[in-house]
Amino acid sequence: MIHISDLRASVGDKEILKGISLDVGAGEIHAIMGPNGSGKSTLAQVLAGHPGYEVTSGSVIYQGKDLLDMEPEERAQAGVFLAFQYPVEIPGVSNAYFLRTAYNEVRKARGEPEADPLEFLDIVADRLKLVDLDEAMLQRSVNAGFSGGEKKRNEILQLAVLDPALAILDETDSGLDIDALRTVADGVNKLRRQDNAFLVVTHYQRLLNYIVPDRVHVLVDGRIARSGGKELALELEARGYDWITAEQGVGA
Amino acid sequence: MSSEIELLVNKDYQYGFSTDIEADQLPPGLDEGVVRAISARKNEPEWMLDWRLKAFRRWQQMTEPHWSNVKYPKIDYQAISYYSAPRSAKPLASLDELDPKIRETYDKLGIPLQEQKLLAGVAVDAVFDSVSVGTTYKAELKKHGVIFCSFAEAVREYPELVRRYLGSVVPYSDNFFAALNSAVFSDGSFVYVPKGVRCPMELSTYFRINAADTGQFERTLIVADEGAYVSYLEGCTAPKRSTNQLHAAVVELVALDRATVKYSTVQNWYAGDEHGVGGIYNFVTKRGKAFAGSRISWTQVETGSAITWKYPSVILQGDNSTGEFYSVAVVNNHQQADTGTKMIHIGRNTKSNIVSKGISAGQGNNSYRGQVKVMPKAEGARNYTQCDSMLIGNRCGAHTFPYVEVQNNTAIVEHEASTSKIGEDQIFYCKQRGLSGEQAVSMIVSGFCREVFKELPMEFALEAQQLLGITLEGSVG
Repeated sequence: MIHISDLRASVGDKEILKGISLDVGAGEIHAIMGPNGSGKSTLAQVLAGHPGYEVTSGSVIYQGKDLLDMEPEERAQAGVFLAFQYPVEIPGVSNAYFLRTAYNEVRKARGEPEADPLEFLDIVADRLKLVDLDEAMLQRSVNAGFSGGEKKRNEILQLAVLDPALAILDETDSGLDIDALRTVADGVNKLRRQDNAFLVVTHYQRLLNYIVPDRVHVLVDGRIARSGGKELALELEARGYDWITAEQGVGA
Repeated sequence: MSSEIELLVNKDYQYGFSTDIEADQLPPGLDEGVVRAISARKNEPEWMLDWRLKAFRRWQQMTEPHWSNVKYPKIDYQAISYYSAPRSAKPLASLDELDPKIRETYDKLGIPLQEQKLLAGVAVDAVFDSVSVGTTYKAELKKHGVIFCSFAEAVREYPELVRRYLGSVVPYSDNFFAALNSAVFSDGSFVYVPKGVRCPMELSTYFRINAADTGQFERTLIVADEGAYVSYLEGCTAPKRSTNQLHAAVVELVALDRATVKYSTVQNWYAGDEHGVGGIYNFVTKRGKAFAGSRISWTQVETGSAITWKYPSVILQGDNSTGEFYSVAVVNNHQQADTGTKMIHIGRNTKSNIVSKGISAGQGNNSYRGQVKVMPKAEGARNYTQCDSMLIGNRCGAHTFPYVEVQNNTAIVEHEASTSKIGEDQIFYCKQRGLSGEQAVSMIVSGFCREVFKELPMEFALEAQQLLGITLEGSVG
């Protein structure tokens, strides 16, 4: 699905990703964990093509294509989805219209016919149930005045509607209470298939109780310090991150 | 990133062509002789000439106002030609006699003049430089008693109505530009809707400046008699020229008891190029007088002109009258806009509602200037003002100048203001969902303008949407 090799990226003069290599295959869920400031969110943003980061070296091959050579919207149209840690508000634009426009852009890129508003309503009604959101929220402005939990569930609704091949969840669990966390995780689990993959960025292990990863990678200071199976997440939960940072010799 | 956004909002001006047509044009310069010459060319009655001359003499004693937040080189009023008419513009027996070149111009602009081809329910008066070249649907309107014709025709055919209402809302002495207009106005539109009649279609005037180095000084007078309803649309374009051209119009609206007048404008005069060369100086006085229980509603989408100086206002004369102002003003490159409204509450229980959306891009400078005045007898007056600014890029400006004067302590006046920026993060969010940068900006801007666009009649909503390069579906979705 995606093959990341020695990826380095900076903001201004500051290097944040210092050589990340990672392979995620179809049907897999990988968790990216790590202390604050380790570069987890940067990795997510760089893969999505955020213009604030400069990729200085390395390569990312996604479904055989050079991902770094693609515009953010081309990546999205090709099936790369980022669930934002801080979803952006767009006042005056209805959620329904925003979602339908996005959906149709992705359809167009795939050479599929666009959905008219009525067809789209059927598609989205089905997906709303997945994240336990009310149809009324379709008429509200995109994320404007949403609670933290509603914003995160709205991200997962978008994910469910756009049906990407590679979904990157950036701290989707932050700010969620336990019920909302379970709802979001259930939604993700229902979307799991053999032909898609998830990259789950999280600080805490608790999300991984519900979304069980195939692999766990721990990021420390812009590098993958350790990789392992799901039990690595449990170990981190028990011991914290200090022992890994100590092993790395970069200090706590 | 911000330069990318700027590129996206920078669309080529597609109405910048000019029509090569023989014109009857007065030489540049302004004196009493010019005022008399204009009046003579229009075969005006004595009273009309007298009014013009009074205005001209008043104008000579006035000085150009400079309190607005715009900068421009001194205007040489003697370098402007005050009258230009297509040579063939004689009264036409039917629109078929219209010069094909002029018809072609309007076709290019997307304004159909042939009645049989008209879009459903819009009657059009087309003003080309100084004269009206054709009014459609006149016969159909007449059946309902609605008068819709050029101003010149109204002076000839309906002198009582014109004399009664001309200057009743904007006197010739009102301000420098209104006085100038009153002296030299060449044409414009006149509307009268009789008592209790709901005008059966949207009325529309399309103003086109064609000739170089001329000013356009049109005058519009709309009278809705008791209980009448009319919705009127105004559109404007001009060729791209490297010199500045002056446009000083006056619009007067009269809503008698329980009448409703809705006036919508999509102003897209040539704005000048990206270096600020050329473009229209748009100095316009628009005002309505609302009698008891009536409603006057201004909606404007201002995207053109190098300079816009414009404050569509309502004098809430009668008890229980309502004034509304919905505005989107966009400036880009070196455009400057100083626009807003005045709501003068005189009658009891009068209400006014102001929604202003200013969008600034490039090095554009956008000012909202609004006055809310509650007079001593305006018991129970209410005003709500919402004034939002959006900035695109780092070199533009947005300013708000609210003036509130309340002389009755039962009045409730509210003012809310906000400033936002189209951020990199908003654009990136949209792109991450598969939208192009252009779609993203369109969507964000249209969302910002939603409250104003929903006030526009459908036909104009479409034009406004194209103008801003944005899609309106968002406000419907």
